[in-house]
Amino acid sequence: MKNRIQKTLANNQKIVSIYFTAGFPNLNDTCTILEKLEKAGVDMVEIGLPFSDPLADGPTIQESSTQALKNGMTAVRLFEQLKDIRKTVSIPLVLMGYFNPILQFGVEAFCQQCKAVGIDGLIIPDLPVDVYENEYKHLFESYGLLNILLITPQTSDTRIRTIDSISKGFVYMVSSASVTGSQKGFGEAQTAYFQRIASMGLKNPLVVGFGISSPETFAQAIEHTNGAIIGSAFIKHLREFGVEKIDQFIEKIRGH
Amino acid sequence: MKYNIDSRGYYGKFGGAYIPEMLYPNVEELRENYLTVMEDPSFQKEFNSLLKDYVGRPSPLYFASRLSAKYETQIYLKREDLNHTGAHKINNTIGQILMAERLGKKRIIAETGAGQHGVATATVCALKGLECVVYMGEIDIERQAPNVARMKMLGATVIPARSGSKTLKDATNEAIRDWINNPIDTHYIIGSVVGPHPYPDMVAKFQSVVSAEIKSQLLTQTGKDAPDYVVACVGGGSNAAGAYYHYLENTDVKLIAVEAAGYGVNSGESAATSVLGKEGIIHGSKTLLMQTDDGQITEPYSISAGLDYPGIGPMHAHLFDTGRAEFVAITDNDAMNAGLELCKLEGIIPAIESAHALAIFEKKCFGKDEVVVLSLSGRGDKDLATYISHFNLI
Ligand SMILES: Cc1ncc(COP(=O)(O)O)c(C=O)c1O
Repeated sequence: MKNRIQKTLANNQKIVSIYFTAGFPNLNDTCTILEKLEKAGVDMVEIGLPFSDPLADGPTIQESSTQALKNGMTAVRLFEQLKDIRKTVSIPLVLMGYFNPILQFGVEAFCQQCKAVGIDGLIIPDLPVDVYENEYKHLFESYGLLNILLITPQTSDTRIRTIDSISKGFVYMVSSASVTGSQKGFGEAQTAYFQRIASMGLKNPLVVGFGISSPETFAQAIEHTNGAIIGSAFIKHLREFGVEKIDQFIEKIRGH
Repeated sequence: MKYNIDSRGYYGKFGGAYIPEMLYPNVEELRENYLTVMEDPSFQKEFNSLLKDYVGRPSPLYFASRLSAKYETQIYLKREDLNHTGAHKINNTIGQILMAERLGKKRIIAETGAGQHGVATATVCALKGLECVVYMGEIDIERQAPNVARMKMLGATVIPARSGSKTLKDATNEAIRDWINNPIDTHYIIGSVVGPHPYPDMVAKFQSVVSAEIKSQLLTQTGKDAPDYVVACVGGGSNAAGAYYHYLENTDVKLIAVEAAGYGVNSGESAATSVLGKEGIIHGSKTLLMQTDDGQITEPYSISAGLDYPGIGPMHAHLFDTGRAEFVAITDNDAMNAGLELCKLEGIIPAIESAHALAIFEKKCFGKDEVVVLSLSGRGDKDLATYISHFNLI
């Protein structure tokens, strides 16, 4: 049986994916946001489990995480909120979280809960590839969860091939050497990088994330790849409009 | 090698490199090269000559006779406070700047708590003419103002860390983010035995000069190269790692690690990681850290900026876990009193971090003939404002 992520990427040439931090702007916005994103035509969502010390994130996602934690978001709460989400939302859902909260929850219990609520994949930026392979791969797989791994412009070709061989959903291409949210636009270096990776003929689809904030950057990102993930720009939208006008945000990013 | 690092970068179950992929090339470059570079004779030659002629090593091992008389034991102070820039931190920054140079890096970043590591980093950057950016928590910038001024005089840019508790943990987050944003030309000089492998091992090796000297100095002064006890304060644990290093496998030498209890271990305002911490991941390392049940890292508290950190290095987590070291927590008040006592009895004004270690003598009795070596990790000049307000000195 194919995972929802695989199906979506097989059917769809260019996907739009949204990241948001669970518990932001309000503790109980999670399901509303997910439902509105699906209605707006978003193909996949990454739900961020907030962490006190998000090393790979820029100020926008940091602040949303701090706010979400203040609002009382925890892994337990998030799973409670998501318990009936598959009754209303059918697009693939990926949980993104740093490793420490997952360790404290218990990695197996976490996987169990993910499966129970209908999560399709995980992105754990600070779980290194070798530790994943040696200690957790069998667990993730036994709960049908795809572990999504990242590559960056500095990742060597050999390592990209290794990551591709371990990955089953897609390869997450970090757009540039940076934390989330810091790009103003993509220059030649980035487009060259998108092209270079696209021409490697990897078995997994490529989805670009970090720094996609406008119709222009979105268009640049998907030109050579299978889709793009918008995070900080969407968080800013939530900050300004709450859960309103989500459809307009998506329309605008798509450029029509 | 039961207590030192293994070939995978772990001390027992602690350590490793839990880093986002964005940091992988930087950390991997360092991991692949650090041992070769450090063992290179030209590196050793430059490192040793800078330690001698620039830092002023060996630092004295001083028999503190009045302190010893008061506590009826044999107390030797390892005088890291007499190093250039006033603390043990410079041993590490000298090593790392030479490493950075050999790896072809042009820009240096660092985090700092008390400002001692920031000053030591700014110093070696001035020495080598490299750009230097230091991240420092906004709260620490206030309580360690003289060190901020020093860094600026030495040509460094000091960037306030405004997230979280605005102290050392947050400064470290910001430094790591900077490194993610600048992966090619930048070297991150971490200030303690924390962070992803190979940092804890590399920093411990640079600091190991401390126990190498203790061994030979003690042999000359007492006829034996090993004491009964080595005592050191632990923030991240670099001065302790240096003072323990050559005694790690010699279990006749008892190791005591002193942590900051803040207002008291159970006050909710503490930095006593071994008591309050649980296994987890902080700054790329699996170790003990203070956290909520939900895995959020807790904001620590100590009067001493250098000990105000919610984790300890993986070596220390292992020493705690195996019982190799005894961990003791000292409150703000007890540390301040011990600091003042050293001033009165020995004419030495210690850093508040080191004063935590000194407070061991009120907590624990040592035998009359037992030899206790205590790492006096730094001098108290930077802490004058805190001493003044704590004791109403003016
Ligand atoms: C004088 C002094 N001692 C100790 C420490 C604590 O660091 P570590 O535990 O790495 O020795 C610091 C940190 O700033 C310091 O300045």
